[in-house]
Amino acid sequence: MGKDLTCVVAGFGGQGSLFAGKVIATAGLIEDREVSWMPSYGPEMRGGTANCSVTLSDEPIGSPLITRPRALIALNQPSFDKFIDNVEEGGIVVVDTAMVPSLTEPEGVTVIGIPATKMCEEAGLKGLGNIVLIGKLWAETGFCSEEALDGAIAKVAGKKPEKLEQNRQAIKLGINA
Amino acid sequence: MAEKVLMKGNEAMAEAAMRAGCRFFFGYPITPQTEVAAYMAKMMPKVGGTYLQAESEVAAINMVYGASAAGARVMTSSSSPGISLKSEGISYMAGADLPGVIVNVQRGGPGLGSIQPSQADYWQATKATGHGDFHIVVYAPSTVQEMADYAFKAFDTADKYRVPVMIMADGMLGQMMEPVVLPEALALEDLPEKPWATCGHGHKRPHNVANSLYLTASDLEDLVRERYERYAVIEETEQEAETYLTEDADIVLVAFGGAARVARSAVNAAREQGIKAGLVRPITLWPFPTRAIEAVVPTAKAFLDVEMNMGQMLEDVRLAVAGRVPVEFYGRTGGVIPTPDEVLAAIVALNEKVGE
Repeated sequence: MGKDLTCVVAGFGGQGSLFAGKVIATAGLIEDREVSWMPSYGPEMRGGTANCSVTLSDEPIGSPLITRPRALIALNQPSFDKFIDNVEEGGIVVVDTAMVPSLTEPEGVTVIGIPATKMCEEAGLKGLGNIVLIGKLWAETGFCSEEALDGAIAKVAGKKPEKLEQNRQAIKLGINA
Repeated sequence: MAEKVLMKGNEAMAEAAMRAGCRFFFGYPITPQTEVAAYMAKMMPKVGGTYLQAESEVAAINMVYGASAAGARVMTSSSSPGISLKSEGISYMAGADLPGVIVNVQRGGPGLGSIQPSQADYWQATKATGHGDFHIVVYAPSTVQEMADYAFKAFDTADKYRVPVMIMADGMLGQMMEPVVLPEALALEDLPEKPWATCGHGHKRPHNVANSLYLTASDLEDLVRERYERYAVIEETEQEAETYLTEDADIVLVAFGGAARVARSAVNAAREQGIKAGLVRPITLWPFPTRAIEAVVPTAKAFLDVEMNMGQMLEDVRLAVAGRVPVEFYGRTGGVIPTPDEVLAAIVALNEKVGE
């Protein structure tokens, strides 16, 4: 149970939070673990926080809706504000500081900020801030093997070779940040 | 073994239906089931089938009636308010002995309600999907794998007994993705023959009629009685339920579909605290798995029914338990999903109440 990942990925619609969640879920699929991915589809999406709950586990997964995540990827301020206090003690939060100017760090929670969108723009990888943050989360938690992470990127983003290459670069940016 | 893929429940259900030989889908968009129709729209033409977005739910269910009468494997899907609109047609199908698969990806009600996950259509599905003396078989999957498996199985059950079959999902199961192994596709020529179908035959036999109107009361009574003999066989042979940690359980939870996932987490949490909790998960809502409940009554101290509604299956659980031990209820409604912690608190409270 200790190795379970319960992660919420949240941001504005269009920032790719659901997509990022799918990458993480696919990594779990590749490792043949129990996986669930549950998107928000309700009216809250219109209020600025499209989000998904992703669980990777070695046990059958109960509720796919995560109320107390061990990991949070926040792509914008409303998402950070909405979920930060739900993060479990000992949990980790990875934040795009270019989009989340105001950070708080609850006791027992590690908040790591990197300017993901800005880093992407400088590297010519516009729109891949979500992927950079996955790289950072992976570097901090090792939620799957490196092969599974790369396999997931290939599976989810790999339809066009140049897109795949960009996504791989974005992951590396995050890992090295 | 076939490859595991990551799919939404709605899409897995649609794919499995096509693999079961479903070649006609008639629907109308409504959240949270729209992916079923979207998937069918994209994929049905590739297997030579027909996808049609009807002008309304009422039209869609009547198209299902027509395709079924002609002998095809056919499906429609909707969410709660849309199922209410289809109920007239479902009753007509039952009255004409027409098989077909109806999907309800439930949302909060009554009325237009919310678009969030709910189980508030239990009564509608199991007691009164339309007017008249009839039952439909109702499957309540709890995982994306079961969404696929029971969508596939539903067509066989429908054809075997010539009854409409419902897949009762909810917004959670429809929208979530999980790994799934899809069933192998059936060959169309292997599907059961339907000598009753109203298809062309070149004057080789007397013509068939699909009809639910019988103006002579005694004729209708005979027909309904014959149908109830079939229902008795279904009740005897088609009950399905999963039991989890019930052998030594003091507190037995009863929950289906999405609520059963939450209940299972709560059972695990209760066990960690030393409370002997277990779970009976009905997979068929009709026929209700009375036998599975019966089996644990002798060892249970109390039952806790958990639903995403105000307590509907609760009545069937109480009928099965028949007053032998207490049956209590915990639920959230309106589209709110209960958390495992809330259910755990209900288990702890009930355990204290019935403990020595």
